[in-house]
Amino acid sequence: MTTPVVKGAAYVLVHTPDMVMHYGTTCSSEHEANPNSEFLKKVPSHLRTFEEAVKYAPNQAYIGNILPDELNNIPRPWYKNLMEDAKADGKMGEMLSQDELYIVMKLCDAFDLVMLEKSFSDAAKEKISKKPYFTEAEIAKIKDGFDISEIESKLAEGAEPLHYNGKVVGCVKAAHATDKSLTAHIMAENIATKATAVIATKNLLYKNNISPDSIEYVIECSEEACGDMNQRGGGNFAKAIAEVAGLVSATGSDTRGFCAAPTHALINAAAMVKSGLYKSVAVVAGGATAKLGMNGRDHVNKDVPILEDCLGAFAILVTEDDGVNPVLRTDIVGRHTVGTGSSPQAVMESIITKPLDKNGLKITDIDKYSVEMQNPEITEPAGAGDVPLANYKMIAALGAKRGDIDKANMPTFIKEHGMPGFAPTQGHIPSGVPFVGAARSMILDGKINRAMIVGKGSLFLGRMTNLFDGVSIVMEKNPGKAEEMGAVSKEEIKGMVAETMKEFAAFLLNRK
Amino acid sequence: MDLENQKRVLELSEKYGKENVVVVLGSSEAETAGLAAETVTAGDPTYAGPLAGVSLGLAVYHIFELKDEVDADVFDEQCGMMEMVLDVDAIAAEVKSIREQYSNF
Repeated sequence: MTTPVVKGAAYVLVHTPDMVMHYGTTCSSEHEANPNSEFLKKVPSHLRTFEEAVKYAPNQAYIGNILPDELNNIPRPWYKNLMEDAKADGKMGEMLSQDELYIVMKLCDAFDLVMLEKSFSDAAKEKISKKPYFTEAEIAKIKDGFDISEIESKLAEGAEPLHYNGKVVGCVKAAHATDKSLTAHIMAENIATKATAVIATKNLLYKNNISPDSIEYVIECSEEACGDMNQRGGGNFAKAIAEVAGLVSATGSDTRGFCAAPTHALINAAAMVKSGLYKSVAVVAGGATAKLGMNGRDHVNKDVPILEDCLGAFAILVTEDDGVNPVLRTDIVGRHTVGTGSSPQAVMESIITKPLDKNGLKITDIDKYSVEMQNPEITEPAGAGDVPLANYKMIAALGAKRGDIDKANMPTFIKEHGMPGFAPTQGHIPSGVPFVGAARSMILDGKINRAMIVGKGSLFLGRMTNLFDGVSIVMEKNPGKAEEMGAVSKEEIKGMVAETMKEFAAFLLNRK
Repeated sequence: MDLENQKRVLELSEKYGKENVVVVLGSSEAETAGLAAETVTAGDPTYAGPLAGVSLGLAVYHIFELKDEVDADVFDEQCGMMEMVLDVDAIAAEVKSIREQYSNF
């Protein structure tokens, strides 16, 4: 039986300021309820440029150009202390602009629902063709743009507009005349999710030199639902993404669980590889347009830029053991069960300490905990506090209650075993998985040995249960056992052959 | 406060009478605890939910203020860890201040 390893991870951010205004639920609800509100008037002046978003240190941490810990060296507010030499291209991914997203949405548009104005489409096509991961054949598949009058007439019929720099440059049409699960708005949301996941998958392949046909299965774990009125969440984003990303040998399926879904998916992928079912499984998710500018009202009130201006996406590849990359310990998995109870203490024990206890590990044996990694600069103005810090305090308090650490050492533990939050508040995106790539490089560089990836989800938001959910898995330095064991078994085989030859020789001699 | 929760508080106070309802908060920040306390006493300060302009004046406490009312083992099991983590004094002071201003019970 093989050991699953994290072969690579990619992280993508797409700066979408116009979508904040038209697709984020905070602004779009206000448009409907109070179109002339002071808040809506102030939104444009609080939106950032693409360059400002690129230079924003938490975004640089997300795409892998700095380690999350390096944020401790940059004074806050980070939006005022920009990284002047920052680049949109990241070690583990990249940042893209809205025009690039729209053209990839067109590339992902299997049913001719996305219409882009001709000159905009041509310019964006030219821009995206420079991406090293798109082939000429893929770019050639992007159909021609439309005259603006055709787009305007579709908008009059109820299509959702696509804006760029405040101007309409396209639209997304409804996929059915009456089906409420295929409205223009839902199609725009779903195609944006698909497109951002495709970009993350392409980055995963390109930046890690992975052959597209080597991937056998895709698990998609966003928070959107695609389907029609007879099967509203029928799926399958995974296969749709795999198709556009060129994963010709893959099939896949969607895993849901609110913010906990990516860690569930990572555990599922590890289990699939561990069992020998598949050799190579990709875990992918695209961004959520609804969450753009979610805390925008508080940001505007407190004169902070609207920091929720990017769609987030990621892709992680789990493969069989290569003797190098960090292993996913399927024997150190935490889960919040139905019977666990909902007190924060019970939740943290079930996710953090129970799996450690089972394996004779202490809280201090995990070098880094990746929890809900929301950027505190987004959540603090909204009164939600510093979410990762609150999680680290809980882990430290649990450690102190158990006697793993001294109560006086809690602040040191938090600094050493935690890290500042750096991920956009895109629901599933900040939950545990943003650190998988950084953990991989820190483990490969010998900076840490072990990290715990924790995913938590607010299931009650779906109104099906009042329960909360959470799972965790440990990532660990690869002991290189595969090679060692291979070498040993070769030696053993040689020994066995020699022994048999000797016995055979003795048999022949005796027979004589 | 979540709009759905506002609706539930309103319905419960109508069903059982305002004098028979005590709201127990579990918020982790003083600011959000204060906003929730204000919502169920003076009314929703964001004017977004069913309690906008509705002053119920309910009795409202944060669970940390009720420590002495709860079995010590149960409190430790349910709230012990969070007590070590959160700014208990600031949360309690904020809720108390709102209660003293707007609660009728």
